[in-house]
Amino acid sequence: MRAITIILFKDLAQRARDSTLFVFAIGLPLGMAFVLNLILGGGGNSFTAKYALVDADRGPIAQVFTEQVLVPLEKQGTLSLRRVATAEEAGRLTESQEVQAAFVLPAGFSAGVQAGAPATIQVVGSVDAPVAVQVAREIGEAFATDLRSVQLAVTVAGGATLTQEQREQIAERARTVAAPLSVRDDSNVATRELDTTTFYAAGMAMFFLFFSVVFSVTSLFDERRSGTLARLLAAPIPRSAILAGKLLSGVLVGIVSTAILVVASSLLMGARWGDPLGVGILIVAAVLAATGMMAAVATFARTSEQASNWQSVIAMILGMLGGVFFPVANLGSLATITFATPHGWFLRGLSDLAGGGSLSAILVPTLALLAFAVVGFAMALLRVGRMLQS
Amino acid sequence: MSDAVLACDGLRKQYGQMVAVDGIGFSIAEGETYGLLGPNGAGKTTSIAMIVGVLARDAGDVLIDGQKHDVNSVKTKSLIGYVPQEMALYPDLTARQNLRFFGRMYGLSRNDIKRKTDEVLEIIGLADRADETIGGFSGGMMRRLNIGVGLIHRPRLLILDEPTVGVDPQSRNAILDSVEQLAGEGVAVLYTTHYMEEAERLCDRVGIVDKGRMQAEGTRRELVAMVGEHDRVTLTAEGDLARAAAALREMPEARQVSHDESRIELMVPEAGVVLARALHEVTEAGVTVRSVEVREPDLEAVFLHLTGKALRD
Repeated sequence: MRAITIILFKDLAQRARDSTLFVFAIGLPLGMAFVLNLILGGGGNSFTAKYALVDADRGPIAQVFTEQVLVPLEKQGTLSLRRVATAEEAGRLTESQEVQAAFVLPAGFSAGVQAGAPATIQVVGSVDAPVAVQVAREIGEAFATDLRSVQLAVTVAGGATLTQEQREQIAERARTVAAPLSVRDDSNVATRELDTTTFYAAGMAMFFLFFSVVFSVTSLFDERRSGTLARLLAAPIPRSAILAGKLLSGVLVGIVSTAILVVASSLLMGARWGDPLGVGILIVAAVLAATGMMAAVATFARTSEQASNWQSVIAMILGMLGGVFFPVANLGSLATITFATPHGWFLRGLSDLAGGGSLSAILVPTLALLAFAVVGFAMALLRVGRMLQS
Repeated sequence: MSDAVLACDGLRKQYGQMVAVDGIGFSIAEGETYGLLGPNGAGKTTSIAMIVGVLARDAGDVLIDGQKHDVNSVKTKSLIGYVPQEMALYPDLTARQNLRFFGRMYGLSRNDIKRKTDEVLEIIGLADRADETIGGFSGGMMRRLNIGVGLIHRPRLLILDEPTVGVDPQSRNAILDSVEQLAGEGVAVLYTTHYMEEAERLCDRVGIVDKGRMQAEGTRRELVAMVGEHDRVTLTAEGDLARAAAALREMPEARQVSHDESRIELMVPEAGVVLARALHEVTEAGVTVRSVEVREPDLEAVFLHLTGKALRD
């Protein structure tokens, strides 16, 4: 143990003088997370569409649509509403992209609805804002569905034989009755996601973790090149202590740098990592997986440069497949491929925590990460013998 | 053999079809300096790697202070100080940090490390540069520190693999003085070198290695006697030296004749008797002799006799 500690501290002292380690372990992950969040995160996680409203009808149904549908959404921050006088003006605003879509309630809209005749809410959209236009259509169609159910209720209750007052009373009761069927948001594991800021902070932390631990076993090549490996092998210590010291230095650097990233991204970017104990467990498991896998890759190389190149390639591929650059739910069924990488399991574990899961929720991701670690370390141990030759 | 600090026997190492070391064995007593001489590729460094415990051997035995020793031995490794042929130092650490690190590796206590580090820095003449990063050191300073690291734990057996290669004369002298001093204090020394004058000065006994085998072993006197009391004549000359060397080989007194682009070397029983005739033969071959040097028998002559080549070939 003494020899392991001595080698560990020597390696850490050497790494502390290596500015590239700080760049890869802390600077780049933070910077990339910030930039990706800025570009792909849309500057935040809420959706706010800019709509115009043309109320040429000014009737009771139009008022219901405005006051009971659009205004509440405006208050929630889902949309901003700009009232304009004419459909032409609304068209001009969408073309100039001052608004993304416009609702046009034509004259006679309420009267038509009340008479049971077909009526139309026109949605004028900008081609440059397909999502916002789609949302506007959905809002309109949802309102139309509500209207149809009210009309149906009135028809079933007597239809044309009722007085106007009776029809309005039935319509009012139909509007206020609770929906018999509701949809509960119960996203499953595959679609559960971190918020954008946390996702990119975690993704970049995991991505660059694989780069910051590469030196651990690779430094055996440097020891050989500097001739010091022969001296270490001649020293009265078990050979396994040399390897253990190297691996432990990688693990420690990985844990410390990721912990710094968690704190820094929380303070500087507002990332929400979740339960600290659970995050800590996931980080340790992820660091072990990264160190083990990178150690295994290094044992296939003949030189330090070759090892670094191969490790970089593997780290890039794993990062891409692991979905650290974009949320995996967007991949559909392809999302399962992310679970072939430690990155996918790490992000899944964090998502489980963010979704309110307890420590037991990260059991599977943690075990998966440890499985990567065991396979990596086992392969490294089997093959490292040839590296421990001067 | 078990009384020796180092006793090795039948060392063998093979790489594929190539036998690098084939049955080498020798022993070194306390306070004795043993020289292992041989041309490049003779098997010296491979032998040393097996003795130190860096390289696993295919066959043979190594005893350190009477205890069996191999790559996994921890106790016996602590008795060995190893100075590899190449620099084996951390260039981004200071001289003191290098010494401390290896001192810790050899299990020295905190107090011992401090004391021994200061002692070794004095011995190798780097006390005033102790806290500088060694990346800026000269080759000679690096060599001295390389040796210092091998001394930090006060070994029973010090193994130096060509420690003076590329070293300035002043540093070389300092290194040789240190080795002599250590041997005088009872340290057993195994020393390999390309420089015959170093072997002549330092070594109590010498083993001559070539093609992986021990060709001869003994004290200087024993080795010289082995090849006979021959003088070595060196002619510095210009012209067709190959033709001149061929003519000299026809002389019945010539025991060994070799040449390069500017020199002819020949071994003769008595230089004074044959020198005039030798010069005549060379001149007849169309060669102009610029200088003549006659040396009495030495290890270089022994080496030439045993291996057919000069030590630095």
